[in-house]
Amino acid sequence: MAAHRCSNCAALLILCSLSVFIVVDSQETTLNGGHHATTVHNPQTTTGTAEQTAEPAVEERRWEATAVEEATPDDDDDAAASDKQDTSAPETVDPSSVPQPKDDFQEELVIRPLHSGDIYASFQFRTVWETDFMRGNKVSHYRLFPKSLGQVISKFSVRELHISFTQGYWRTMQWGQPFQPSPPGAELWVWFQDSVTDVDGTWKELTNVLSGIFCASLNFIDSTNTVQPSASFKPLGIGNETDHRFLRYATLPREIVCTENLTPWKKLLPCGSKAGLAVLLKSEKLFHSSFHSQAVHIRPVCQDWQCKTTSWELRQTLNVVFDLHNSAQGKREWSLFKMFSRTLTEACPLASSSKIYIDITDNPQGEQFEVSPATPLLSQAVVLGDRRTFSVYDLTQQITFGTVRSLNLLIRWKSSEGDMLRPLLHAERYVAGYGLQTGEIHTLMYNNHPYRSFPVLLLDSVPWYLRLYIHTLTVTSKGKDNKPSYIHYQPSKDRLRPHLLEMLVQLPPNSVTEVTVQFERALLKWTEYTPDPNHGFYVGSSVISSLVPSIVAMDTNSTRERPLFSSFFPCKEESSYFVRVYTEPLLVNLPTPDFSMPYNVICLTCTVVAVGYGSLYNLLTRSFQIEEPSPGLAKRIANIIRKMRGVPPL
Amino acid sequence: MGLLSDPNRRRALISLLTRLNSPICVVCYMAGVAWFMGLAFEPFTLRTYMSENAMGSTMVEERFPAGERALTTGREFSAHKKKAGGMPVDWLVKTMQARGLEVFTQRFSRKLPFPDENKERYMVKGTNVYGILRAPRAPRTEALVLSAPCTPGDSNNQAVGLLLGLAQYFRNQIYWAKDIIFLVNEHDLIGMQAWLEGYHHTNTTGMDWSPLQGRGGSIQAALSLELSSDVITSMDLVLEGLNGQLPNLDLANLFYAFCQKIGVLCTIQGKLQRNDWDSVSGYSHSVQTMMLMVMKQASGRPWGDHGLFLRYHIEAASIKGINSFRQYKTDVTTIGRLLEGMYRKLNNLLERLHQSYFFYLMPSLSHFVSIGYYMPAFGLLAVILLLRALDLWVQLATPPPRTEDGITDKEQVSSPGVLSVLTPLVISHLTGVALYTLPIQFQEMAVEQFPVSETEAVVLTAIGVYTAGLALPHNTHRLLSGEGTEQGWRVLKLVAVLYLAVLLGCTALINFSLGFILALTLVPVAAFVTPHVPKVLSAFILVILSPACTLLFSVFFFQELQELPVSFQEGWLLYLSVISQGILDHFLYGSLVYPLIALLVYPCWLLFWNILFWK
Repeated sequence: MAAHRCSNCAALLILCSLSVFIVVDSQETTLNGGHHATTVHNPQTTTGTAEQTAEPAVEERRWEATAVEEATPDDDDDAAASDKQDTSAPETVDPSSVPQPKDDFQEELVIRPLHSGDIYASFQFRTVWETDFMRGNKVSHYRLFPKSLGQVISKFSVRELHISFTQGYWRTMQWGQPFQPSPPGAELWVWFQDSVTDVDGTWKELTNVLSGIFCASLNFIDSTNTVQPSASFKPLGIGNETDHRFLRYATLPREIVCTENLTPWKKLLPCGSKAGLAVLLKSEKLFHSSFHSQAVHIRPVCQDWQCKTTSWELRQTLNVVFDLHNSAQGKREWSLFKMFSRTLTEACPLASSSKIYIDITDNPQGEQFEVSPATPLLSQAVVLGDRRTFSVYDLTQQITFGTVRSLNLLIRWKSSEGDMLRPLLHAERYVAGYGLQTGEIHTLMYNNHPYRSFPVLLLDSVPWYLRLYIHTLTVTSKGKDNKPSYIHYQPSKDRLRPHLLEMLVQLPPNSVTEVTVQFERALLKWTEYTPDPNHGFYVGSSVISSLVPSIVAMDTNSTRERPLFSSFFPCKEESSYFVRVYTEPLLVNLPTPDFSMPYNVICLTCTVVAVGYGSLYNLLTRSFQIEEPSPGLAKRIANIIRKMRGVPPL
Repeated sequence: MGLLSDPNRRRALISLLTRLNSPICVVCYMAGVAWFMGLAFEPFTLRTYMSENAMGSTMVEERFPAGERALTTGREFSAHKKKAGGMPVDWLVKTMQARGLEVFTQRFSRKLPFPDENKERYMVKGTNVYGILRAPRAPRTEALVLSAPCTPGDSNNQAVGLLLGLAQYFRNQIYWAKDIIFLVNEHDLIGMQAWLEGYHHTNTTGMDWSPLQGRGGSIQAALSLELSSDVITSMDLVLEGLNGQLPNLDLANLFYAFCQKIGVLCTIQGKLQRNDWDSVSGYSHSVQTMMLMVMKQASGRPWGDHGLFLRYHIEAASIKGINSFRQYKTDVTTIGRLLEGMYRKLNNLLERLHQSYFFYLMPSLSHFVSIGYYMPAFGLLAVILLLRALDLWVQLATPPPRTEDGITDKEQVSSPGVLSVLTPLVISHLTGVALYTLPIQFQEMAVEQFPVSETEAVVLTAIGVYTAGLALPHNTHRLLSGEGTEQGWRVLKLVAVLYLAVLLGCTALINFSLGFILALTLVPVAAFVTPHVPKVLSAFILVILSPACTLLFSVFFFQELQELPVSFQEGWLLYLSVISQGILDHFLYGSLVYPLIALLVYPCWLLFWNILFWK
């Protein structure tokens, strides 16, 4: 395996470096040929001047031209946009823009009607602050950036912090890929500055502090569930240091997310929940849904395209999926009021941009669903390798709110098709076998791409009480052994650290790759059991990170009218995109003593010891001797004397 | 324990035990049987009570309204079933999808070791359809299962209809914390076995199945629904699973509690509960109910689709709707509400069902006999074996002729002893192996040679091998060089008695009913057999009390208990089919009764047969 590792180092490096500047959705305002055959096909000129390109010929549908930061529904665009080493990064920054203020706040909401009739709403709040927490001078004046997080960054020398709280499991088969993937429960991963000497100690302190900030049980993160992935989690912000000594990753699959986590999360916003999009975040509706996930991402980003100065970016995201059957009573009709029991009346006054995007890609002519009020503003972006079209509602414009001074978007479905999707990459995991002694973890990874194979990085962190038999590890695709080109395995230590298994596996096209490994269930000490031991013990989700060939790159002979010269070499940003897929967590039963019977056990044990063992021991150790048939002479004489005295004999 | 460490008193105790051995044994046997019969007497048993907190005090409301629509769906299902001539897979997939479930199918095929004449199947091919209701904001770690078998003919359509109706109703509720899997399985137990093996990715019986695509995490509980009429008079609860495993008693309590709450007549073993425990008929009623449970449990076969779940540590039960001629009828809406209530409470579970008993007998739905109460009955029978063993041990330790050269005598006796014990042991076990393997191996040859069907061939070969084993003592002695001695048979009997004690003890721990029934017949055999009793009479008694005859009597007794007495002719045919079913159960589902009887109990009995004909 060592030889393999060396030979495939290069492939791994490429993947890692690519995942740094994730080219999820490089912004490109390509024009739809059907409507805009006459428009100039130069993206560079379009982007700069598109503000004025609202041609009179196409009034109904005006393409919104935006700088990269504005129209991106995903959080990973900046890494791609700001990385100047990448020659193919889109040159879409407006050179004539005025110098931005030192801090800036943007908010947006993306609504995507899903195939199944459910609806997906994704909030993003982004605060960028040009400051340096790491310098000697203390940052004390905070405006938009929350002070509690700023202090955390400076005190613990955090370079990047990603934390997510999720209730529910993202159903890839029905909903497609999410904008921000997250595993059920809580997930925390942090890159520390290389100046930190005692990373473990800092990590311990940091988790306790975050636990207080977010009212979550993050203080349960200790060495038994923390790992240092070598390849799966690379910094998303700028920075060259990728030594995984400074990375810590932990999940708490059992963490239950509820209102008490939402409130502190909302308090981090500049407008709180008083104005702007955040008024929609009412917990009674958010937790009446199929899926709820909230996250905080902090990372350093470039301030401008030359990257002379860095600023800190705080992204707060909240994703929620409302269920057709539960929330909408089966009616295929959604409105902001129905979803959030609120309508919008204003943007956050502190926000430089405040927008709502509605994904109308599957609905170009309005045959699937209709959206009201209609908006003339359209935007196009490549999201997760797929070119999507969005209707845009700009909340900073008073006209958006119309005459009633409130915006209540309404989406009404016309058809009622609900088919399973075939996402290019998805995964599932389960425990096989029966009985309480051994078992087998199966991880299935599906590559549904018709002709391209691609590598994926699989990260598995298994608690120590499932003792993995790593010699039973098998990776098979299409019935054949599929040798991973890179394996990083760190065995567990009882009560100290979990197993860590990272593998780089090539998924053949149109296949299922199955990773199996057997394990033995350990018998815990009786104080180590949870209060509900018969519920089972959780094993966190495995993480699958990959660069997936994009759908845009797939349709080489598409009917879409594009200039021929633009479609010969697949554009690099579009050829593949970064996806992280989380499998479901596992619930494993361990052999459990009957805790309700200590009294019986004590009684039984005492009886057995006293009666059974005692007498047996007695019998075994006693030396049996035959009594002497006749007493000695002295004794006989003494007895005669005693007899004469009338005293009983000796 | 001065009693044992003092040689004098130990001698006295031992002599007392050896002198009064036979009377003590008889008393123990009587006491064991009496104790067992007393278990059904209501004042001696405990009332059932809910142990699980999560299901006890929490109140749930039952609001299922759509019984009529469920019946319509059931009729639709029946029409499509007729049209498809089996499982209407496409229709089911579409219907479940329309109800908002994630739907998956699983194909399976199985070639039976020999044709099953009861259900007329040999090459089985089928499809299971299941839909998963994903609980909102739940991470796919826990699931509950509701299954209904798709049986050929007109039965069980209402069950599928109700299952789909419940799926639709459940889908619109927000309170689910566990995924709910709605499963329609084809070919009853074979389909269920395929699905469970697919779900847990094990293969214990060599079946072919396609892997499952969707899962819901670890299954916490399962109910199997059987319903063949639009209205019912009572619901029957079936608990006995594979190898006599039982679900946690709390599942039965849950069912009973909801029947009481909703006002549905509920039965167990098809017997209603009676309140007149102090009358003779009331007592005999509960004895009947308990004996039915004992007989079913001893058979080791799954008595419903739930039976296979228990191997995977999933608490499961079957619920059957019974429509008899009573006046009082219950409609499907009420059954739906009953199931809704049960599922809501199961949904509230924080842990697996583990608080209540796993080992119990039920003389009625409201009373149970726990393991602590019924084990003494078996213990009283098993102690007889130990007393006989003690007696033999003492006899062996003090040989009757106390001559001067006693020491040399003993050596002479003991050296052939090993061989004389080992040979019958080995030979009888080889016969057991033959009984286990030959029926399946030789079915083709038998079919060619004799005008019988495959099933008959298997059963008759089994009986043939069994009977041939009776000729064993003569063969054994031919192999032995010397004559069997007095010491020889004692050693052999000592070994056999201890062997039987261990065997029955282990069996009773796993499957009390089987252990107890075997003990009832085999313990007297083990106690009285010596070479010196009248040969013909003893041989007759021995044959009567052999495992095969026990099975024959059990068949008649079971029919008697079910109030369906049969003539000897019918009984014999039933007996033959029971044997073939037993063998099939072993090969299809992994029931252990057939190998236990063939490989262990029968050889053990042969040892006693050997002792009787000791020369």
